[in-house]
Amino acid sequence: MTAHELIWRIAGGSGDGIDSTSQNFAKALMRAGLNVFTHRHYPSRIRGGHTYVEVRAKDEEVTSRGDGYNFLLSLGDSFARNPSEDAYYGNEELKPLAENLDELREGGIIVYDTGLFDEDEVAELNLEERAEENDWHVYPVNLRELAREHGRDVMRNTAGVGVTAALLDMDVSFFEELIRQNMSGDIQEDNLNVLEDAYERAEEFEHTHDLTVPTGENEQELGLMNGSNAIAYGALDAGCRFIAGYPMTPWTEVFTIMSQHMSEFGGIAEQVEDEIAAAALALGASHTGVKAMSGSSGGGFALMSEPLGLAEMTETPIVLVEAMRAGPSTGMPTKPEQGDLEHVLYTSQGDSNRVVFAPAGIKEAYEQTRLAFEIAYDYQIPAIVVYDQKIEGELRSVPIDFFDREPDPDVGEVLSEEEIKEAAHHESGTFKRFDSEVEGGVSPRTVPGQEGGRHLTSGNETNAYGHIEEDPDNRVAQMARRMGKLDSIREELDEKDASNQATRGPDDANYGIITWGSQQGTVFEAVDRLNENGQAVKALGVSDLMPYPETEVTEFLESVEEAVVVEMNASGQFKGLTQKELGRFGDKLSSLLKYNGNPFEPAEIVEGFEAIVENEPEVPGDSTTFVPAAGD
Amino acid sequence: MSAFSAIDQDREIDPEEYTPGIEPQATWCPGCGDFSVLKALKQAMPEVGRTPEEVLTVTGIGCSSKLNSYFESYGFHSIHGRSLPIARAAKLANPALEVVAAGGDGDGYGIGGNHFIHTARENHDMTYIVFNNEIFGLTKGQTSPTSPKGHKSKTQPHGSAKDPIRPLSLGLTAGASYVARTAATNPNQAAEILAEAIEHDGFAHVDFLTQCPTWNKDAKSYVPYTDVQQSDDYDFDYTDREEAAQMMYEVESKLYEGEVLTGRFYVDEDRPSYTEEKQATGEMPEEPLAEKYFDDDAEWKRSYDLLEHHT
Ligand SMILES: Cc1ncc(C[n+]2csc(CCOP(=O)(O)OP(=O)(O)O)c2C)c(N)n1
Ligand code: SF4
Repeated sequence: MTAHELIWRIAGGSGDGIDSTSQNFAKALMRAGLNVFTHRHYPSRIRGGHTYVEVRAKDEEVTSRGDGYNFLLSLGDSFARNPSEDAYYGNEELKPLAENLDELREGGIIVYDTGLFDEDEVAELNLEERAEENDWHVYPVNLRELAREHGRDVMRNTAGVGVTAALLDMDVSFFEELIRQNMSGDIQEDNLNVLEDAYERAEEFEHTHDLTVPTGENEQELGLMNGSNAIAYGALDAGCRFIAGYPMTPWTEVFTIMSQHMSEFGGIAEQVEDEIAAAALALGASHTGVKAMSGSSGGGFALMSEPLGLAEMTETPIVLVEAMRAGPSTGMPTKPEQGDLEHVLYTSQGDSNRVVFAPAGIKEAYEQTRLAFEIAYDYQIPAIVVYDQKIEGELRSVPIDFFDREPDPDVGEVLSEEEIKEAAHHESGTFKRFDSEVEGGVSPRTVPGQEGGRHLTSGNETNAYGHIEEDPDNRVAQMARRMGKLDSIREELDEKDASNQATRGPDDANYGIITWGSQQGTVFEAVDRLNENGQAVKALGVSDLMPYPETEVTEFLESVEEAVVVEMNASGQFKGLTQKELGRFGDKLSSLLKYNGNPFEPAEIVEGFEAIVENEPEVPGDSTTFVPAAGD
Repeated sequence: MSAFSAIDQDREIDPEEYTPGIEPQATWCPGCGDFSVLKALKQAMPEVGRTPEEVLTVTGIGCSSKLNSYFESYGFHSIHGRSLPIARAAKLANPALEVVAAGGDGDGYGIGGNHFIHTARENHDMTYIVFNNEIFGLTKGQTSPTSPKGHKSKTQPHGSAKDPIRPLSLGLTAGASYVARTAATNPNQAAEILAEAIEHDGFAHVDFLTQCPTWNKDAKSYVPYTDVQQSDDYDFDYTDREEAAQMMYEVESKLYEGEVLTGRFYVDEDRPSYTEEKQATGEMPEEPLAEKYFDDDAEWKRSYDLLEHHT
């Protein structure tokens, strides 16, 4: 927290343009030389309801949302009183102002749109009194009127940006450039005018605050993108040219991006009747020699359990994406949670035999999606990329050069027709698709249409030729071969240095925090702060879930006295996995859990950790839960 | 040159090529109607000139779905009800393949019913053979979606209160561009219809009446049957949707009254297949996608080309 930072929160109704305005705001800051990170909060409905986006900007890398924020631009919910007085949408006009105040930091700035708020209602908020208490600086502006003067009520958001820029002494040219790029004709003209007008008027305000925009300079060219972009691009660069899906929040985002680009990449995208079909289509395409993927969120992924098992049994490579949201069942569609870990690890009948990756951020989302394809096709095994709504939606600035990579069309051990001819079993119709004797467990395949490679495959246990066979020796040999793949994959990942665990904090720290997936950035920020506070603590962020990174976690746990597992679910699923995989450490591991629909904030981890270390039974805050170590 | 040289070979094909080189475990009961489907398919395939290696058979689960254990080609024996989505994708990924999906009435009209509707709607260029024995065979004789009303089984001891599915009408309504019914007891018509269905450019749905002597002894073994195309009593134009629908309605009512009518019920030669539709909208490449992975000179676009709007 030492470095100077701006955390700007724009709040309003769903439909007030909060998303696009915040994206532009973030991009402008990025172009001005800062690193940015956004956090998005929205209700599970299309229209109405209070929504906000935070844009955090710093001179140095940002990996998490901050604790609270320091600038509020409150637009007023224009849909709140719509369509009638006893509104269906609820009479919530004031929410974007009222509901955000608790998290505004001391010394923060409030700009609100007087054009939409009822003065009597604002009075009820005791804004003045609270402002005095917290040293807030309040700037009421009639943004609506300003926008209206230029012809369009909806430009309240642009007016708000103009006021923000003036209050923070920002260079508006970055905004102007974005308006020129994103809009055209009259709309562009009007927005430019509103921006300028708002800026000029607000420049005349007396500045009672001392908050400014941090300054910085980026050495590399940055791009602003979210996890869904990264997964989609990772898949495309991995040579994926077939996607089938069915919409479900938040998976829809990846599905949409892929579908939009598939044809220009020469591939095929299919929206189908349900998720069973979606995963089955991916299987069918892959069986035919194409790199294919599908995916969904909790409930839809549940439907994929059967085709997933089929992929394991038939050794058909596929990549599935699971975008978690709060469950059980349809749960909270737009809220993040890490509650589907066990679902992705074990769903489907029999002994599960799949690879599971959980990227911790944008770069890893790209990297691990590529890796998922590579492993899936090299080892003829399904690979799952599991992530959550947090990574899905948050925008981060990342170096663009990171993505400058060659596509990978390699489909793994698929024999060419020449190779089939040279193979011992070349005689047509006797191709040993599932040879249990094969070294390394991967029996080369052929694809339909190739001369000499014809074979059968089945979801039933089969012999080397793919024919159904229940002979006990065959069963054991085939199971052993399939199950053995995970060991080879772990070895390969270690050898290639392709495993994705990350650490933070001093090596010799005596306390540890372990986390997985999307919470890594927040945990790392908390760890920095804890060390600044005089604690000796380090963190391990695990991104490879299966095969489990046994050595890395073991070494980490052996090196500390105690460790806290931080995750967004109610039952400590990753802690459970760790104990299951390593068979010990129960007495060293406690859990810090959060499952109220919001991701952790760094301060919650700091406070939670300190309470745990000091053996305080109560964890501060009302949204986290502490579960002490269990003993082995 | 194509990486798939088995495709589009121009040569005389011996029907024996479709017999597996290795002896599969026999799982069909003596007298099972499924043998007739296998025989008809082995007869039809050389007629349409497709080599075993350019054919992919995708089946679900059930006695009938064991078809590809006895039929030598590329084969995918999948899971209950899911043959069609797998087959669809195979066809999209490599349109040059001859794709045949097959399974039972429980598989296709029950658990896979939704896929049936949507595959027909999209009019994929493939053949779908449903072995309709009006019973669940593999799980030992439970009532199926085509069992007649009143049918008693261990799971419906009071007799089924449900009207049976009308597969032909359903196929037509859903959008299949070829709908026919044939019967195990009529091998010549069966082979002829299968050959026609395979050659048809669109979704060809063949409801193949089979007998299950083991679990469905009550069922008529579909003899005698009448070929609607051969009989003067049934004059209708199978290329006319309305007439076809009317005819199907009659036929499907009579099936359970003892008269078994088979033949072509609907043929639409003009409707473009899904592949054609998708290629026309630019949603699908002209070259088989699968080829691209075997072509060393293929050009692979990369995501880096998309990044401009992020900066
Ligand atoms: C999801 C699922 N549910 C149930 C089964 C059990 N099952 C196997 S075959 C079958 C019925 C098969 O009947 P049908 O499709 O008519 O084929 P037949 O055996 O008569 O040829 C059932 C219910 C299964 N394998 N998978
Ligand atoms: S149970 Fe019926 S359908 Fe199955 S093989 Fe035997 S006769 Fe055929």
